[in-house]
Order: sequence, then structure tokens, then C-alpha cells
Amino acid sequence: MSGWEIFQVWLVAFLTLALFSFMYKDNPIYRIAEHIFAGLTAGYQVGLIWDTIILQQVWVPMTSGQWWVVIPGILGMLMFTRFSSKYSWVSRSSLAFVMGATAGIFLISELHGRVLPQIQDTMVSLSGEGGFGATMLSIIIVIGVISTLIYFYFSKEHKGALGVTARVGIWFIMISFGAHFGYTVMGRVSLLIGRMQFLIEDWIGSFI
Amino acid sequence: MRTSLPIAVAFISGLVLVVAFFFRDDSLIGSLRQEFIVWLTIIGGFTLLLGVVSIVRVSWTAVKRRKEGWFYKILTLLGVFAMAIPAVLPVSWSPLFGRSDGTIYDWLFNYMQSPMMSTMFATLAFYIASAAHRAFRARSAEATILLITACAIMLWRIPMGEAMLNMIPGDLPSWLNTYVMGGANMAVQRGIIIGAALGAASMSLRIILGIERMYMGKG
Repeated sequence: MSGWEIFQVWLVAFLTLALFSFMYKDNPIYRIAEHIFAGLTAGYQVGLIWDTIILQQVWVPMTSGQWWVVIPGILGMLMFTRFSSKYSWVSRSSLAFVMGATAGIFLISELHGRVLPQIQDTMVSLSGEGGFGATMLSIIIVIGVISTLIYFYFSKEHKGALGVTARVGIWFIMISFGAHFGYTVMGRVSLLIGRMQFLIEDWIGSFI
Repeated sequence: MRTSLPIAVAFISGLVLVVAFFFRDDSLIGSLRQEFIVWLTIIGGFTLLLGVVSIVRVSWTAVKRRKEGWFYKILTLLGVFAMAIPAVLPVSWSPLFGRSDGTIYDWLFNYMQSPMMSTMFATLAFYIASAAHRAFRARSAEATILLITACAIMLWRIPMGEAMLNMIPGDLPSWLNTYVMGGANMAVQRGIIIGAALGAASMSLRIILGIERMYMGKG
């Protein structure tokens, strides 16, 4: 391993241990690593936006004759007037374009792309054509969807039949949250294993 | 002017994207839709830059006024500039500039930003365990359901756990996959998606019609 490679391994090991040190308590070493991380993440975004947006979507099209891309470029620049208390209202039009266009996309995509297909997939035949298992699964899904929706319906007090259905909804939600919790823990633990492997194999392995 | 222009902009941009759905992509309004989506990406990019500029301003002010923890803010500023400046400088000046492999930006990402991001998420494993301990101490039926499901899923997703579950008669891993993941879990996700999508659609309509104006802020 060359001197430069050893330096790289030690740097990553220092940063990893510095961030892990927060598990003991908040300390200056952790805060150093935390602030470096925040800065690098912000800087990463600048590089990404510069290359993928400003160069590829504004500069290149503009220099090849698509002059109208200067309009969103100007609207984007106007966003920076938010730092001025006197002229911050100018940025509203840029923000309004983002909000309006996003709303236009969402209005269609949410209804056409999510609500209708999800309802269509839920309203399946319970006639038992796919066998007992498939029918049971369809029944579970129908009960689960309806009870979950009722649990999140707060316009009427959860009493009587509504209350019972909402209670069933909570049980379904708990099963789903449990499954998600399990998956999240697995994901985080696999990342932890990755960091531990680095520390044991790469870092400790570099000087043993 | 200060209020009516943004409302008109939101209405027109929203309306174009809604109406364009009913037309072909090669029609005039379809082309306008494509163009508006590009514009949205561009302005969205500038919005992210606004966030970065804001971090720089806040950090710089803290350093200038020697506020508590100002030393750490210097590190944040160094991080921003160390990553951003080499990325925006022309590649023709030096092979170390730009965003491709072997550049300063690439090195900082691979040996600092990316390992730190993994570590941050890995740290969450401990906090999740701590949160789970507190959640499972609440001895209710709901907490028990959550605990049993979470444990079963975690066991199922590791080879040793799956082997253990296979010792129980009744093909438990297959049952978990079909009825828990593909049944109860899918039903809840579907319910949440339907509810959230209806909420998002109604909020979108309020924005397009100018009823929702919170994004404009005060003044």
C-alpha cells in the first residue's frame, strides 16, 4: 500500500470514528466531522447542479440556438432576490412557476397514476378463481385498504362501526410499520457492517 | 402586481400541464408541456443553489460575528468551497477540475462525503434500536403486533433466520412473503398512497386556482 493510499484509509477511518463518537456523547471531534460533512454535501450539490442543470440544460441549449432557455435561467436567478428584504417579492413569480407546474403534474399523476390504479388493483374478484389462498389474499387486501383509509378519516369521531373498523385499521398499520421497521433496521445494520468491515479489514489491516 | 402576477403564473403553468395531458406529445400544448418540465428542472436546480448560498451566508455571518461554534462554521465553508470550486472550474485548465473520475470533486466524494454519509446512516442503527426498546416497552396489543412483525421480517431476511423459520412447520417464510408483505403490508401502503395522493391532488388544485398562497410568504 502506497503512502497516499494509507493516508486515504486513515482519513476515512478518522472521519468514521469521529462520527461514531457521537454515540458516546456530543464532542468536538464529532462536530468537526459533522460540519465538514454538511459543507461537502452542500458543495456536492453545487457541482451537480452546475454540470447537470446550468451547463447541460441552460448553457449548451442556449449556445446551440435554443435562446428561450434563458427564461427559466432568469427565473432561477430571481430566486436569489429572497435574500433582499426589499425585493424578495420578485422571487414569488419563479416560485409560483415551480409550484404551479408541480401542481399541474401532481394533479394528473396522483389521480391517473396512483389513485385509480391502486383502487383498480384493490377491486378484484373474490369468486375464488385463483384458489383459496388467492381469495384470502384479496379479502385481506380489501379489508386492509378500507380499514386503513377509515383510520385516517378524522372528519367523524371513531365510535361504533367506524371505531371498530379504525381499530382493525390500526392492527393492519402496525403490521405494515413492523415490516418497514424490520427492513429499515436491516438496511441500517448492513451499512454498519460495511463500516465495521472497513475499519477492521482496511484500516486495522493496514498496520497489522 | 406583487400577488396577482405569481397567482397568474401558477395558474397558467399548472393549467398548461393539466390540459396537455389530454393532448398528444407532438401537439403544440404537448411541446409546451415538455418545455415547462425542462424549465421546472432548471428553476428547481437554482432553488437548490439557493439553499447552498443560504448555508454559506449563515456560516459566514456566524464566523464574522464570532458566534458560538464559529470555528465549526469555518469547516463547513471550507467543505463547500473545496467541493464546489474544483467542480465548476473548466476541465481544460486542469484534469483535476470538473466532476469525472480522478478529479478533486470525485476524490472528496469517494474518500470523505460518501463514507461519512454511510456512517451517518449506520449510526441510525443504534438509535433505531434505542427507539424500538422504548416503543416495545409500551405493552399494548398494537406494540406487540409491531414487535412480532418486525422480528419475523428481520429473521426472514437473514440466511440463519430463514433457516430457523424453515424449521417451523407450515412454510413460514412463504407465508410471511405472501400474507404479511403482499397482503397486510400492501393493503396499508395502498390505503396510505390513496389517501396521500387524494390530498396531494386537492392541494395541487388549490395552488392552481390560487386558493393556497402560503408559498408566497409574508409581505
